[in-house]
Amino acid sequence: MRKLLLLTTVILVGLVFIARLFYLQVYGGYEYDIFEDTAIKKEFTYPKRGYVYDRNGKLLVANQPSYDVMVIPREVEPMTPEDLTEFCNLLKITKEEYNKKLERAKNYSPRLPSPFVPQLSKSDYAVLQEKMRKYAGFYIQKRSLRSYQTTIGANVLGDIGEVNRSIIEKQPYYKLGDLIGKQGVEQSYEEILRGTKGIKFIQKDRFNKSIGPFKEGRFDTLPVPGKDITITIDSDLQAYGELLMQHKRGGIVAIEPNSGEILAMVTGPSYNPNILVGRNRSKNYTKLHYDSIAKPLFDRGLLAQYPPGSPFKVINALIGLQEGVVDEHDTFSCRMGYYYGSRRLTGCHHHRSPVDMNMGIAQSCNAYFVNVYRRIIDKYKDAGDGMNIWANHAKSFGLGDFLNNDLSVGRPGRIPNGDYYDRAYGDNRWGSTYNVSNAIGQGEVEATPIQLANMAAAIGNRGYYYTPHIIKNIEGDTIPSNFTTPKYTSIDRKHFEPVIEGMFDVYNDGTAKSLRVEGIEICGKTGTAENFAIVNGKKTQLTDHSIFVAFAPKDNPKIAIAVFVENGYWGSRFAGRMASLMIEKYIKGSITRTDLENWILTHSLEDEYAKPISDEPFKINGETTLQVIDNYAIKLEDQETLKQ
Amino acid sequence: MLRENQRRFKFDWVTIILFLLLVGFGYVNILSASHDGEVTSYLNMTELYGKQLVFIGLTFVIIILILSLEAKFYERFSSIIYLAAILLLVGLFIFGKDVNGARSWYGIGSMTIQPSEFAKFATALAVAKYISDLQTNMKTLKDQIRVAAIIFIPALLILLQNDAGSTIVYTAFFFVFYREGLQQIYLIVALSLIVLAVISLKFGIIATTIVAAVALTIRYLVRKKKRASKLQYVLVLFLAIGYGYGVKAFYKHGLQIHQQNRISLWLRLEKDPAKLERMRKSEAYNLIQSEEAISSGGLTGKGFLQGTRTTGKFVPEQETDYIFSTVGEEWGFAGSSIVVFLFVFLIIRILYLAEAQKSQFSRVYGYGVASILFIHFTINIGMVMGLIPTVGIPLPFFSYGGSGLWGFTILLFIFVKLDSNKINEW
Ligand SMILES: [Zn+2]
Repeated sequence: MRKLLLLTTVILVGLVFIARLFYLQVYGGYEYDIFEDTAIKKEFTYPKRGYVYDRNGKLLVANQPSYDVMVIPREVEPMTPEDLTEFCNLLKITKEEYNKKLERAKNYSPRLPSPFVPQLSKSDYAVLQEKMRKYAGFYIQKRSLRSYQTTIGANVLGDIGEVNRSIIEKQPYYKLGDLIGKQGVEQSYEEILRGTKGIKFIQKDRFNKSIGPFKEGRFDTLPVPGKDITITIDSDLQAYGELLMQHKRGGIVAIEPNSGEILAMVTGPSYNPNILVGRNRSKNYTKLHYDSIAKPLFDRGLLAQYPPGSPFKVINALIGLQEGVVDEHDTFSCRMGYYYGSRRLTGCHHHRSPVDMNMGIAQSCNAYFVNVYRRIIDKYKDAGDGMNIWANHAKSFGLGDFLNNDLSVGRPGRIPNGDYYDRAYGDNRWGSTYNVSNAIGQGEVEATPIQLANMAAAIGNRGYYYTPHIIKNIEGDTIPSNFTTPKYTSIDRKHFEPVIEGMFDVYNDGTAKSLRVEGIEICGKTGTAENFAIVNGKKTQLTDHSIFVAFAPKDNPKIAIAVFVENGYWGSRFAGRMASLMIEKYIKGSITRTDLENWILTHSLEDEYAKPISDEPFKINGETTLQVIDNYAIKLEDQETLKQ
Repeated sequence: MLRENQRRFKFDWVTIILFLLLVGFGYVNILSASHDGEVTSYLNMTELYGKQLVFIGLTFVIIILILSLEAKFYERFSSIIYLAAILLLVGLFIFGKDVNGARSWYGIGSMTIQPSEFAKFATALAVAKYISDLQTNMKTLKDQIRVAAIIFIPALLILLQNDAGSTIVYTAFFFVFYREGLQQIYLIVALSLIVLAVISLKFGIIATTIVAAVALTIRYLVRKKKRASKLQYVLVLFLAIGYGYGVKAFYKHGLQIHQQNRISLWLRLEKDPAKLERMRKSEAYNLIQSEEAISSGGLTGKGFLQGTRTTGKFVPEQETDYIFSTVGEEWGFAGSSIVVFLFVFLIIRILYLAEAQKSQFSRVYGYGVASILFIHFTINIGMVMGLIPTVGIPLPFFSYGGSGLWGFTILLFIFVKLDSNKINEW
């Protein structure tokens, strides 16, 4: 027995050691990651971020240097009170903020660098740089920030901001403090604009002194500069759209039909992109982000999904022609609405009756389109089959689904099909009378302004469109072929002419007669969308949204446009005026319809928007008066500065 | 000539090969731990790895010397060797030079010699000599006190020179005494004292009382025949409680601050985050760095000369006491386990050979060798991996340093020589 004591102890200790080694190296052992290795310093070289130009070669976004104070919490030495005071003064922070920031950085990681005070001014940097050696654990990192050469297009251009933790987890390329495109083209073309940062691995000793390149620099890489991009936006048109949108909420999307290039993409209210650069970025961003009433970060041109109203009628006309259930000369009578037996399914306004297709479109007759719609659906034995065929035609215009484009945000819209109603009512338990509102673009049909603009482009092209996109050119690269291949609708080319004539007559003697522009043949369609909001816990109807869809000229169109103005009431009132002005601005370069321009610039909808949050009873649509403002002069000045 | 050859082959080659493997792998790690970028010449005498290579070369001279002496020499001269070692230790108080607060070195030119490394084998010889004397009976208190004195003298001298780590090594002889007849009660008491000390510090006196009471009750119930009076058991219980208080008092007032902090870290007694943060940069710094270096090695390690922490010299004393952290980082779980295995194998081999000795002197000495190696191995690697409070002692054959390497080599090869001579004992 006595012989065994040391023997067993030795074996026992050996086993305990192996177990401990297993625990440290294998069980708890993480995959070796050089970025986690405190013995290796990582020095990043950030490449130049690509510039952004507009379609005419005007520089929109460039770069400016910025200096961040970074901290590695573990290497911070306690400071004497005098040093701490001086350091805080240099950084323009209080001691409490100092402690809070240090604590936060420590919580992120004691050994990885965290931004301590980002984006110092150049003069602060100059003073601080000389004294930096005194403060162990802190260093200054030079970075490049955006410098906007314009005050417009915030939603188009987007901005760059620091990556958050969820991004770092998903994309290990990014390290805390790195910048990433947050909205607009900065987001959708992040990797092209960003380039690739260079990295140097440096072996450190335990006093944090560099003692040479790690493995002779075998893993080091050089930075790859970001590429410049040219976007399809016409900055003059964009600026003009933003000017027109002052004091309104809404969106404008203008597309070049023969290329799918987005000429303008306006959302209102907007903001100056420069406020999201520099030290006030997070303060300003928070303000924009939490403005839940005006929602300046909500890109209405891309995201405002509503029943489009009358512009959708032309799609029904085209489907009717393609399905052969109607020809352009068929007439339908209208008795201030459509009657099913003695039941009125939809109303209409006062106009001549009966109407053919041309008049139906020009006068936007609801009864005409309910007739056409019912014929399409009822052509098939099963209403579900009819609905599916109808939906497929509509979807071939890019409606009812994501456009699969290069914009950072989007909505699918909605085109209901047979299954949709089978689910709602049961198979074979419904018919075309159940959803005649689809005939006039109400009810379940929903679309965004960019989808409507694209629809207008497809009509103007007589049956095809190019996916709307914002990239025109990438330095030393080609743009995706998806954007240069035409997408054909399911409607034959020959069916477009009568419909286009109808849209042309909207301007000639229809609902947009007053919006004509001398010398430009515009085809358009007005629309309104009913809308509701929860006011004091009750679903309340608000003034209709004003919608207008157009393209011009009639033959070989150069521009297709959709304008959407929240609570603008009827289609030609705000949206129609703005569409005409945008078209004239783009095609002629100057405005002859100064009466329209003057009207838009002096009419505000701010009062309308204040109603639901006023806590007082309010009236809508025809029972309210429009707010007139007198700031035309100021606006003109704005316009001058925008041009510079 | 034939006789000579036969004799040469009687050396236990298993032990010798294990020794060579350890020294060789130790050198590889010292090279990693001490190189600064490029290794231009392995004999670069301004670098530690260059010096270590010379030490290793001289080791072979020493081995040949030891093996060529008569085996009887070591038994006959053990007292003189022991006295010489004691004199060297005493001489330190006059001629020694201070390094890091410990007065443990003689300086000869640019070389330094650490006599405590040589005192180990000298003490082992003296203990073997005393116990193997026919007059000696380890069961008698008189001999127990005398043999204790043999180890107490060098241990005390070393402690006075402020080298607490090397002092602890002398507890190794407990295993030798136990093997040679020390009563079991000593083992029980020693284990109880260690367990109770840890419980008192970690969980407090109430826990100590409960544990002691339960243990004594069990012992009382089990031992039905030779039952001592209940009063004696109660007395022992009070002694245990008193001991608990004593340990706590000694921890608070008897230890130096850094020793106190090491124990506090080991038992995780400190809860104040601010103080822990301060400790991270002082007492705990070595341990944290060493554990991180070992952990970062993973399953197979980063490879020879590829350890980033080793290259950056993140672990202080990584060539000496913390050399195992380099093994862990560069050779991973695979390499570290092999080192642990080699040590265990070597110690078991020595135990096996010791038990096979015909002469009691050889057996006791062999046991001493195994015990000393075992204590070094356990404390050093245990400390580097955070299982044992920080105690500064080298890892045999691995740690940088001539005195240590030679001390352990002499210790081991005297036994190899004794073992090779067992046939001639008759
Ligand atoms: Zn009508």
